[in-house]
Amino acid sequence: MEIVIYGIVNSIILILMSSGFALVYGVSRVPNFAHGALFILAGYMAWVFLNRFNLPYILAVLLALVIVTVIGALLYRIIIVRVRGMRTSEIIVSLGVGIAILEYLRWSGLRGMAVMLPPFISGSTSILGVVIDYQRLFIVIGGLGLLAFLWSFTAYTKTGLALKAIAQNERAALALGIDSDMAATVAVALGALFAGIAGIFILPIGNIVVELGYDVLIFAIAVSVCGGVGSWKGAVYASFLIGFAQILTVSYIAAHYHFVVALLVIILVLIIKPSGLFGRQKELEERV
Amino acid sequence: MAELRKERLDRGVKVRTDSIYAVSSMKEIMFLIGPGLALVIILLVLPLLLSPYWERVLALTGVYVLLSIGFGFLAGYVGMVFLGGALFVGVGGYISGLLNTVGVPIYLSIPLATLLGALLCTLAFLPCLPLRGIYFTMVSFVYPLLAARLIAATGVFGGTDGLPGLDVFPNKWVSLYLIVGVILVVVFAISRLVNYKDIGLVLRGVKDNEQAIKASALNLTWYKAQAVFITAVLGCFGGAYLTHLYGWVGMSLFATEFSSLPVAATVVGGISTVFGPMMGAFLLVPISEALREFGTLRIVFYSVIMVCFVAFWTEGLVDYLKRKYEQFEHWVKV
Amino acid sequence: MDKNIILQVEKVSKKFGGVKAVDEVSFTLKKGDVLGVIGPNGSGKTTLSNLITGFVEKDSGIVLFKGQNISRWAPHKIADAGLARTFQVMRPYPTLAAYKNIIPPLYSPRARRTARGKLGDRSAVAIDILEEVGFERDARVPYKLAGTLPLGYLKRLELCRCLALRPELIICDEVFSGLSMSEIASMVPLMKRLQESGITLIMVEHRLRELFKIADRAIVLNFGAKIAEGSPGEIFNDDKVKKAYFGGEDDYVFAK
Repeated sequence: MEIVIYGIVNSIILILMSSGFALVYGVSRVPNFAHGALFILAGYMAWVFLNRFNLPYILAVLLALVIVTVIGALLYRIIIVRVRGMRTSEIIVSLGVGIAILEYLRWSGLRGMAVMLPPFISGSTSILGVVIDYQRLFIVIGGLGLLAFLWSFTAYTKTGLALKAIAQNERAALALGIDSDMAATVAVALGALFAGIAGIFILPIGNIVVELGYDVLIFAIAVSVCGGVGSWKGAVYASFLIGFAQILTVSYIAAHYHFVVALLVIILVLIIKPSGLFGRQKELEERV
Repeated sequence: MAELRKERLDRGVKVRTDSIYAVSSMKEIMFLIGPGLALVIILLVLPLLLSPYWERVLALTGVYVLLSIGFGFLAGYVGMVFLGGALFVGVGGYISGLLNTVGVPIYLSIPLATLLGALLCTLAFLPCLPLRGIYFTMVSFVYPLLAARLIAATGVFGGTDGLPGLDVFPNKWVSLYLIVGVILVVVFAISRLVNYKDIGLVLRGVKDNEQAIKASALNLTWYKAQAVFITAVLGCFGGAYLTHLYGWVGMSLFATEFSSLPVAATVVGGISTVFGPMMGAFLLVPISEALREFGTLRIVFYSVIMVCFVAFWTEGLVDYLKRKYEQFEHWVKV
Repeated sequence: MDKNIILQVEKVSKKFGGVKAVDEVSFTLKKGDVLGVIGPNGSGKTTLSNLITGFVEKDSGIVLFKGQNISRWAPHKIADAGLARTFQVMRPYPTLAAYKNIIPPLYSPRARRTARGKLGDRSAVAIDILEEVGFERDARVPYKLAGTLPLGYLKRLELCRCLALRPELIICDEVFSGLSMSEIASMVPLMKRLQESGITLIMVEHRLRELFKIADRAIVLNFGAKIAEGSPGEIFNDDKVKKAYFGGEDDYVFAK
């Protein structure tokens, strides 16, 4: 039972971590390799506001999220837009920004000493006989909430529908007057926001460490590649697949293999089904 | 109101060297081989001139030059953007180190590590080769990190401490001229491959025209594997070289820097020639080393430079210089 | 299995999303035949080519080439077996000489197998192939940059790419489209020569007049399904065909 509960928690953590990346890529085909950096940045900024500026928690978090969102939008507007369409350049550029941010944080103070965000509510409770801390509960609620929000956003709001339209058929969307650049800016900003939200929810579980920034990026890549691109279902399934694989490994084999497992899952999925679990990659390729 | 536009014309000497007049006079010949010759001479002479600190830098730069040429080759020529260079360095280094610990001398362990490592790495990447460009890139980034974590997690091969006490090069002349020699051979070999060999055309097709390659009864994955193997050979040699330069091997050989700095070097130097990535490495690595006292800030430095080049000055240094060398431009009235 | 049948396509189908691009198309081809594949725009002709040659995965159906089931084969394996195809949209290397575009297929295992004895210098073989197809060697046309060649030559270049493999069957995807009248006039004899040399041809075409100078049989596709098959006379008197091209009960007569 413990495995089931923690498996679910872990999977939702993965969903949270990768939703920003998957969103941006699914909508505007921009792979934002700065995703992990934004995750950590949001958490770190919240910490700075909380501890150096002594702002109240809510304000610190909100401010951090706003700044991260703006950074995302600027990242697109100033840099990515100049290489729009050249996939490899987009990767290189966003990776460069991501590395720059993370290594700067590493240099300026994010090392050694414990930098951590306080959990929303300390303490733990027990569900179905399994002890689970409140923060992890919040993560599950937050993750599900995020998914619900995304689903309704893309289904019901004008902006959301526009993003969905572009994701499905960019030319048609453009012909209908939807501004691709604007949509991409919104998408990248949203992706940044989700990365930040994920950070705020997840970071309180442990320390804020720069390595985690790279890990988040890798998990986001893993989920996107395994799930198949452009597929929400795929991302969710992949998250659960990897999430449970990790928990099982941690429980039955050893704790420090959990990262490795994620990677092995990717490779296995790729060998068996090269376009991802629910990938439409092949179909997209066929249209040429 | 007169409108101006920039007009670019090939220089006279370039035009002459494009055809049979290339061998007509010393001037034309020098135009053609001058830059290459200068490069060779500089590389051969450099080890004689440097102080010990700069000798170390040259050695390290040499490794990055190989990695950058490898990246430039895969990305610019075959069209595969590959962010897993650190895997080659680590694998090559560990194999050579492990062989060394069981008594294999370095003049054997390095070549063995180079070939064996390249073979292993290519096999490891085999499942990813059919992936479309961007997914291939994403997954390739992850491989070296996997390897590093595996070693840390399982503690094999010395775990996080690494394997100390390995053989080093007998003296600095060997180490420096080895790397310089390898660089010269590689530059020559890749230029030949790219320009004169039939397989070069096939590899170009992998980048530009996948459909035609498939329709020409050629197995795309097989050729991608060959291209990756070539890059892997360069990287594994670099790793093995570093192992015996420092006398130890550890997880740091899988550092992301070995994957990312070659990218920055290629971006800065320009992607369309073999020399671009090489020049980029020659520029970035010494500066990066000089900044070492600032810790990881140096990584921030070249990352930012890379971003600026990609976003604002895509031509790259060597391409720019080459263009200036071959053409002159002036404003003409429209 | 009749030894003469080189290609057998049975109930091949493909759906893209909700659209049936190819709907249970079947036909048989004997060695040395020339079969036309015609139909209005969007009727699935190119998709059918892609399905047969392995570039697109079929949803259902079987394709037998020389008796072998190639339904699940990868494109390069199918080409290796002797089934070549041209592409409607060609992308030769613009800054390279024309003959260099023929080097990759000459590098393939099939080219090496079918060459009697050693292949020798691939460049020389490439230029020979180009010359056979009409690239005048004296005028140094094979050496011209592919980007500077007019469309007629590019189409021939595509055919050369196939010929380098010494194929037994070539699917020609709209070789006549985009060509000027004089280019077409010189293309027709070339296609006839290909047929006379023993190569079976499938020609996906829009230009019916030129097509039927070479082909004596065709299948007509509409909305992915085969609606008619036979000689030109049979086809154009078929009501379904008339309706597909012109819609409705109009009485048009084809000048043949």
